[in-house]
Amino acid sequence: MAATPTREVARRVFASEFNDARYTFKESDDERAPVYLLLPTGERANRVFLVGTLMETEDVGSDSEYWQGQVIDPNGDRFYMYAGQYQPDAASMLRELEPPAYVAVVGKPRTYETDDGEVNVSIRPESITEVDAATRDRWVVETAERTLERIQHFQAETGDEGDGAAVDEYVAMAQEEYDLPVENYRRTVVEALESLEAEDGVEAQADD
Amino acid sequence: MTDLRTHATEIHEQFSDQLDLSVEDVEERLDTLVNEYKVPVSEARRSVTNTYLDEAGMDRDELGGGGGNERVEVADVDAPEEWVDITAKVVELWDARSDAVAQVGLLGDETGTIKFTKWSKSDLPALEEGAVYNLRNVVTDEYQGRFSVKLNRTTVIEEVDEDIEVGSDDVTVEGALVDIQSGSGLINRCPEEDCTRVLQNGRCSEHGEVEGEFDLRIKGVLDDGEDVHEVLFNREATEELTGITLEQAKEMAMDALDTSVVADEMRADVLGRYYRVTGPTFGRYVLVDEMETLTDAADHEAVLIKARSI
Repeated sequence: MAATPTREVARRVFASEFNDARYTFKESDDERAPVYLLLPTGERANRVFLVGTLMETEDVGSDSEYWQGQVIDPNGDRFYMYAGQYQPDAASMLRELEPPAYVAVVGKPRTYETDDGEVNVSIRPESITEVDAATRDRWVVETAERTLERIQHFQAETGDEGDGAAVDEYVAMAQEEYDLPVENYRRTVVEALESLEAEDGVEAQADD
Repeated sequence: MTDLRTHATEIHEQFSDQLDLSVEDVEERLDTLVNEYKVPVSEARRSVTNTYLDEAGMDRDELGGGGGNERVEVADVDAPEEWVDITAKVVELWDARSDAVAQVGLLGDETGTIKFTKWSKSDLPALEEGAVYNLRNVVTDEYQGRFSVKLNRTTVIEEVDEDIEVGSDDVTVEGALVDIQSGSGLINRCPEEDCTRVLQNGRCSEHGEVEGEFDLRIKGVLDDGEDVHEVLFNREATEELTGITLEQAKEMAMDALDTSVVADEMRADVLGRYYRVTGPTFGRYVLVDEMETLTDAADHEAVLIKARSI
């Protein structure tokens, strides 16, 4: 069993937290060792799963096709993804899908540094599929839950003042690498869930 | 408690049903042998046990390996080469594939099921399907992470007049279906008897080039954001999951002159959706018996209350 590398779990994260992340690291010198993106709430992510509304698609390639997709989450924040010749299935989905559409995306976080030193985070999709609204709502609640769990863990590790020495290595790493209060992400969670409430309200009115 | 007292207590337990004796009686006999006649403790114990066996008119085999076996439930078996006692129902009897094996099958109790093997040379009475037995002195074994028990020459089989509600080993996992692995969709299996290996480019690793038989399956990954579970849908489960029957899959492949279109179509239909599946585990897979698509709106109220409170 130990010989088979374990599959990396797909983290659930809203776009605002995902886009705040910039620090990546490996846990071994092996060339093929997984690369992790450090989430500001103190968790490592080698893979993410997200469901949202595909807003725009564009072929941004110069020589060959290179598709960019923008997926918006309930807070209005966007995930950016890029698929080229090495992600043929995802690229053809971005080519064929007509925005707006609900999509589920499984992919790997990627970072790149711009000329002026900014680090941008994007997703290299493994798969993109069109899904329904119920799947999207389920993802919002699930991502809210997972994010809250990370926030609570972060707070328990760092104490009331938020500056205690964390035992969890990823929480400690997040304290070291980022100066981002996790309170921001709690508010993101509340907003995302409230947006579902608003939708319920609209539906309720429509029923009258 | 002295050493002798411990031995005396164990011996006393073995005979308390058959003989009217006290722990002190047993200890006195042991004491005489060990302290007066300088007999080693193990020999003294054997001798005293034999005396009582004679008195009770019993065979040594009936003792259950000198006693002291742990009485376990099926789910407790987690290490090989342990001598245990177990009370279980014969859930299934399978065909023995070797003359060395008298009976092989599945035992079960409230906690789950476990394979058992009974050797021909042990010369034990036959177990009947559906009957409940008290099995003393069986040995645990392990193969590729799966445990079993072996009945042997010293095993005592006692039919018990009761029924056991056999518990299930099934696990339930849920999450988003984040991957459909290679080897999924329309596959070809070796037609040789008892083979069923999946062919690679028309070849079976055991029987070489053969005319394959089509089958459907999905090797998928369910991910809930914390854990990943590999799940295996057999033909029936794949048809239920995707709505694509084996016949339709064959037609699709025929039209496209390519079997991979089937898996592609399945990916588009099911990837990224949430499912809950139930079934037994085999190796690292959950074999899907039952499935449910999770389309109900998740309860966001409770999460919102939590989010506002921290």
